[in-house]
Amino acid sequence: MSVAIEAQNLTKQFQGQTGQSTIALNGISVVVQHGSITGLVGPDGAGKTTLLRLMAGLLQPTIGNIRVLGMEPFKDGDQLRIDIGYMPQKFGLYEDLSVIENLNLYADLRNVLGTERERLFAQLLAFTDLARFTKRYAGKLSGGMKQKLGLACTLLGTPKILLLDEPGVGVDPISRRELWRMVRELAGGGMTVLWSTSYLDEAELCDSVCLMSQGQIVANDTPSAIKSIMQGRCLHITNIGGNRRNVLMRALQAPEVIDGVIQGANVRLVTSIAGQHPNLASLNAGHASKLVETEPRLEDTFISLLGGAQYAESALAATIPDVVLPSSVDPNSVIEARQLTKKFGDFTATDCVSFSVKKGEIFGLLGPNGAGKSTTFKMKCGLLKPTSGQALVMGIDLKKSPSEARQRLGYMAQKFSLYGQLSVKNNLIFFSGIYGLTGDRQKNKIQQMIDVFALGPFLDMYSGQLPLGIKQRLALACAMMHNPELLFLDEPTSGVDPIARREFWSHINGLANKGVTIMVTTHFMDEAEYCDRIALVYRGRLIALGTPDDLKKSVISNDNPNPTMEDAFIKLVKGADDE
Amino acid sequence: MLLRLRQLIIKELKILLGEKRAIAMLIMPVILQIAVFPFAANMEVRGSAIAIFNEDGGAESIEISQRIAKTSAFTSVINVYNHHDLKDVIDKQKALLAVHFPQDFSRSLLSQSHNNSAQLQIILDGRRSNSGQIAGAYINQIVSGYIADRSPQKSPALLVRNAYNPNLNFKWHILPCLVAIITTVGCLNVTALSVAREKEEGTLDQLLVSPLTPAYIMVGKAVPGIIVAVGQASIIALTAIVVYGVPFTGSFLLLLASMALYGMAISGVGLFISSICSTQQQAFLGTFGFMIPAMMLSGFVAPIENMPRFLQILSKGNPISYFIPTLKGLFLKQFTLMDVLPVMWPMVLIAFVTLSAGMWMFKRDVGG
Amino acid sequence: MSKEFSIRRLRALCKKEMFQIVRDPSSIMIAFILPVILLFMMGYAINLDTSVIRVGILVQDNGSSAQNFVRTLQASPTIDLHPILAQEDLLAEMSNKKLRGAIVIQNDFSTKLLQGNGEGAVQVITDGAEPNTANFVTAYINGIWQSWRMAEKMEKGVVQTTPIDVRIRSWYNPSTISRNFLIPGTIAIVLTVIGAMLTSMVVAREWERGTMEALLATPITKLELLLSKTIPYYILSLVAMFLCLIVAVTIMDVPFRGSLMVLWATSTLFLGCALGLGLFLSTATRSQFNAASITLIAGFLPSMIMGGIVFEIQSMSGALKLITLIIPARYYANSLQTIFQTGSVPSILWTNAMALTLLMVFWLALTAKKTKRTLE
Repeated sequence: MSVAIEAQNLTKQFQGQTGQSTIALNGISVVVQHGSITGLVGPDGAGKTTLLRLMAGLLQPTIGNIRVLGMEPFKDGDQLRIDIGYMPQKFGLYEDLSVIENLNLYADLRNVLGTERERLFAQLLAFTDLARFTKRYAGKLSGGMKQKLGLACTLLGTPKILLLDEPGVGVDPISRRELWRMVRELAGGGMTVLWSTSYLDEAELCDSVCLMSQGQIVANDTPSAIKSIMQGRCLHITNIGGNRRNVLMRALQAPEVIDGVIQGANVRLVTSIAGQHPNLASLNAGHASKLVETEPRLEDTFISLLGGAQYAESALAATIPDVVLPSSVDPNSVIEARQLTKKFGDFTATDCVSFSVKKGEIFGLLGPNGAGKSTTFKMKCGLLKPTSGQALVMGIDLKKSPSEARQRLGYMAQKFSLYGQLSVKNNLIFFSGIYGLTGDRQKNKIQQMIDVFALGPFLDMYSGQLPLGIKQRLALACAMMHNPELLFLDEPTSGVDPIARREFWSHINGLANKGVTIMVTTHFMDEAEYCDRIALVYRGRLIALGTPDDLKKSVISNDNPNPTMEDAFIKLVKGADDE
Repeated sequence: MLLRLRQLIIKELKILLGEKRAIAMLIMPVILQIAVFPFAANMEVRGSAIAIFNEDGGAESIEISQRIAKTSAFTSVINVYNHHDLKDVIDKQKALLAVHFPQDFSRSLLSQSHNNSAQLQIILDGRRSNSGQIAGAYINQIVSGYIADRSPQKSPALLVRNAYNPNLNFKWHILPCLVAIITTVGCLNVTALSVAREKEEGTLDQLLVSPLTPAYIMVGKAVPGIIVAVGQASIIALTAIVVYGVPFTGSFLLLLASMALYGMAISGVGLFISSICSTQQQAFLGTFGFMIPAMMLSGFVAPIENMPRFLQILSKGNPISYFIPTLKGLFLKQFTLMDVLPVMWPMVLIAFVTLSAGMWMFKRDVGG
Repeated sequence: MSKEFSIRRLRALCKKEMFQIVRDPSSIMIAFILPVILLFMMGYAINLDTSVIRVGILVQDNGSSAQNFVRTLQASPTIDLHPILAQEDLLAEMSNKKLRGAIVIQNDFSTKLLQGNGEGAVQVITDGAEPNTANFVTAYINGIWQSWRMAEKMEKGVVQTTPIDVRIRSWYNPSTISRNFLIPGTIAIVLTVIGAMLTSMVVAREWERGTMEALLATPITKLELLLSKTIPYYILSLVAMFLCLIVAVTIMDVPFRGSLMVLWATSTLFLGCALGLGLFLSTATRSQFNAASITLIAGFLPSMIMGGIVFEIQSMSGALKLITLIIPARYYANSLQTIFQTGSVPSILWTNAMALTLLMVFWLALTAKKTKRTLE
C-alpha cells in the first residue's frame, strides 16, 4: 500500500467552557504517502496539533473521517498504538528520571525487549550523543538534549508512523539539525513521518509540505513545487549605502513589494509579480546599490499565500519622541558589560563577558541552549546579581541604583509574562501604573497603544485567552508604556508565525531608528539577521562578536562559499568545541 | 511611588475578585465551614445511648435510672441483665457508657451506715473516653441531685456563676475561634500561593525589572492578604452575631483593627513561605505544614495550658494563639483598647519578624 | 495485542512511580515528615484530659473553717490556686492571670455554714468563654466542696445521708489518656493526606507537564494506567501507616491490642477510598493546585472534623450525622480505635469494612469512568 494516512473532509470542533465553540480543523482532506517525511507548517492556531492528535487517536473527529494504516485511530486505537510513535509538543519526559530510566520505561511500554532493545539503545544513544549522560536526570539536560531524548523515546519500537509536534521549538540550530538527521536516518527504513514546525527552513528539507492556516490546508506539495511559484519574485538589494532599515521601510511602501526583511547588510524583497522590480532610485539605497534576483524560499510562498506582510512604518515608533540621552551617558556604550561573571556553585554560567552597545543599536545575544545566554541577559536587565564584574545600563550600575535604571528600560520575555487572569485593558492600566503614569497621561498612552496595536476588539478578554500573536502585541505595548530608552527582548517571537514576526520587527526597526537601544536573544536565524551586531555565547564565554555579515564571512570555506547565518552559528560553536 | 503601589494592590484585587469563580473560591469555603463547623465541632454530649445494668432492682436505683433517661444527653437507654451483655454493649459501641447498680445498692443506701456506702459504677468506652468522661460528669450531677433531693436538709450547693457565657453555650466558644481559623486559611492561600504563581508564570520577572523595589512588591502582596483576611473575618464575625446569636460586647473598630493586625502577621508568614518556594506545589505544602501545627497549638481544640511545656513555648510564636483570646475578649468579655493591647502586642512583633524575614529572603533571591 | 493486560508494562510504570516518589522531596515530606508532625501534635498538643486548672481564690472570711477549706483546696492536685485580692476587679484579674475560674469565700462563710448548712457560702466564677474547661472547674470544685463538707460533718458525728460512691471505670483506657484514642484517629487523617492529596497532586502533575499525553500515545491500557497510580501510593501509604504505628506504640506508648492482619485489611479498604478520591479529583481537575485545594476541603477537613476523631459523631445534629455516613474516615477511624484499644470486635470491624467496601467501589468506579484513554 502506498497511502499511509488519509483524511477526508476532516473537521474538529471544540466546545468552550462558556458554550461557544471553536473550529480547530475545518473540513481538510489530505493524503500522506507511505515512507515520506511530510512537513506540517502553519502559524500558531492553524490546527497542526489537533491534526496530529486526531492521527494519534487521542481525539475524535467531529465530522469526516481519518484513516491511518487503513484503520480509524480513535476506534481502533488499541491495535494502532503499537504502530504509531507520537511526540507531543511538551514531550513527557520524566524530569526526575535519568536518561536510561526514561528509555527503559518507554521500551517496556512499547514492548521493545531483549537484544532488540540493546541494539536500539546503542543506536539511539550514539545518535543522540547521550551515551555519556545515561545516568543524568532528564530535568538536568539542556533543551536540545531533552528534545533528542524525547525523540529517542518515541522512536523506540520502530513505529510505522512517526508524529512529531514541533520538536524544534526553543531548540538551538545545532540541536535542530541533529534532530533532523536522526529522523532522516532512522526513518529511512520506510517510516512515515509527520513533522510539524513553525520554522519554514526546516520544512524545506521535507519530502512534501502541508501549509496550514486557520484550520485549513492552503498548499500541499513538494517544497520545490511550492517554492517554484515564487520564481523571479525574490530580490536582494546589495551594497546599500546608508541605513538599511530605512531602505526596507521605503521598499515596503512600493506597491509591487509584498514582503521584505533585512538580511545582514542586504535587504531581501518579495514582489507580487515575477520580473516586476521596484524603482531602485526611489528607495534611496545609495549609488552602489544593486537589485539581484535570488532563490525563493518556502517562507516567501507562505507569506504570499497569506496575503503578504507590508509592515512598512511602525505606528509604535511614531508615538515616541527621538531618544535624547543625558549628556553624562556615552552614546557609544548605553549598555555595557564589564568582565561579567556569574557562578552557581562550581558551575560558571557566564565567564568574563564584556561588550558595549551603542545608542540605537539592535544587539543580538545568540548561543546554544544552556550556553549562558539567558544568564548574561538576566544580569543585564537586573534579574540576577553578577558574581563579579559590572552590568551597566546608561552608565548606572544595576547593583547600586536599580530603581533609577529600571525606569528607563522596557522588558519583554518569551513567555509573555502578562497577567493571564487580567483583561487586556487591566494589563495596560497596570503596567502603565507601575511605571508612574497617572491621570490623562496614562489614559492617552493607553489609548495610543490600543490604536497602535489594534487591541480594540480584545480589550475585555482575559489576556490568557488571547491568540499568541495578540499576546505578543500586548506584551510589547506593556513594555513600551513608559517610552523606555532601552528595550530587552528575551526570545520575543518564539512560536509566532512569520507574518506576526514581520510586524513585530517593523516596530523594533522603527524604535531603533528613533534611538532606542535594543538587546535581544533569539534562536531564529532570520531574526539574528535583523541585528546590527551579534554576540555569540557558548559555555559561558563570548566566542564571537560582530555584524551578521562579519560572522558569516568568518566561516567562508571552499566547501561553503556562501554560508548562511545558521552555518556560521554551527561552525563557530563547533570551532570553539575543538579548541 | 505610592501611586505605583496603589496600582499593584488594585491589580492584585482585580485578580482576586475579577472573576466570579475567583470570588467563589474565596467565599464558598467560608460559607461551607461556617455552616458545618459550629454544629460538628462540639464537645457536649447529646443524643447518646446509655446502657443500664441494674442488679439491684430497688426503687432507689430505678429512680436514678429514670432521671438519667430523662436528660437530653441520653436519648436511648439499653437495659442489660448480665456482665456478658454489658461487655457486649460497650465493646460493640451500642452505648457510649454504662451504669451499673450492684445488687446491694438500695440496701446500702437505706442502711444509714456510712461504713457501707452505696456503690455505683460508671463504665466508659476507652475508645471514646473524652465524650465518656463528659457523660460521666452528667451522671455524677444527676446522682448528686438525687442525694440532695433525698436528704431532709438541703445539701449545700455552690453558687456557680459562669462569667461571659452563663449557659456555657459551646457555640460562643467555637465561633470566635472559627473567625481566626478560617481567616488563616484564606489569607495564607492568597499570599503564599500568589507569589509562587507569579514565579511560575514569569510575571514576577516583569515586576522585578520595573522600578518597583522588592519592598514595594512585598507590600503590594501583603495588603491584598490583609484585605482578604479582614473581609473573611468580618463575614464570619457577622454570621456569628446575626445567625448564631453570639453576643458582641466590644468595639467594632477594635475588631477591625485586630483583624488587620492579624492579617499582617499571617501575610508575613505567607510571604515568607512563598519566598522560600519556587513552585505552587511547594507553597501549598508549606502552607499546609504551617497551618496544621498552628491550628492545633492555637487553643481551639484543646486549651494551651494542658500542653506539655515545650509546646506551650512553641505556641508563643503562633499568631493564632493571640488572635483567639482577643476575639473572645471582644465578643464576650467587653474588651477595651487597654485589654486588647496586652494580648495583642506579641502579634506586632510576629508580623514584624515574618514580614522582614520574607523580605530578606525575597531580596536575597532576586538580588534587588 | 495491546488490548491485553501486560504485567511488564505495569511493572515498568510502577517502577517509574517509585523512582519519582523517592526523588521528590515533597512526596517524602508528605509521606513521612508530615505524619510524624501530625502524630505528635495530636498526641501532645491536643490533650483533652484537663489535668491541672489555674483557679483564683478570694478569701473574705478569716474564720478557722474557712481556712480549713482553703487548705483542702490547696491540697487538691487538680487545681492550682492563685490568690485574688479584691472582689471589684475579679474578672479583670482572672483575665490578667489567665485563670479559668475563681473561688470566692465570702465574709459570711462561717455564718452560712452554721445556719444554712453552707448553702451559698462558696461562690464559684468560671470563664464561660472556655465552656469545656468551665465545666471541669465547676465539677472539680464541687467535688472538693462536697467531700470537705462530708468530712467535716463526720468529724462532728453528724450523718444525714449515705453518700453514693460513684466510681468511674474506663475500659481499655483506664487512665483515660486522650492520646490513646486520638492517635488511631490521626492515622486515618494521615492516610487521607497521603492517599488523596499526594495522589491527586501527582496525577495532576502528569497532565500539567505533558507526560500524560505521551503515556496515552503508548500501547498502555486504562487498567494498567490506573493500577500504576494506585499500587505505588498504596504501598507508600502502608509504609507511612506502619511508621505511624511504630511511633505510636514505641514512643507515645499507645497500646495496640488488635491483629496486624486486620489492621492491614481495613487499611487496604480505606486506601481504596482515599486513592479513588484522589485519582478522581486529579483526573477531573487536571491541575495540581485545584486538585490539592479540593482534596483539602473535600477530604482532609471533613475527615478531621466529622470523622469522629476529635468530635463525637453521636452528638452532632441529624443532618450532619447523615453527611458523616459518606465520610470513609469515619469508619476507618472507628475500626482503628477498636483495633488499637479493644482488639477484636468482629461486629464493629465487619460493619465498618462493609461501609468502606461500598465507598471504595463507588470512588474507584467513578474514577474508572472518568479516566479516558484519549484526550476527549
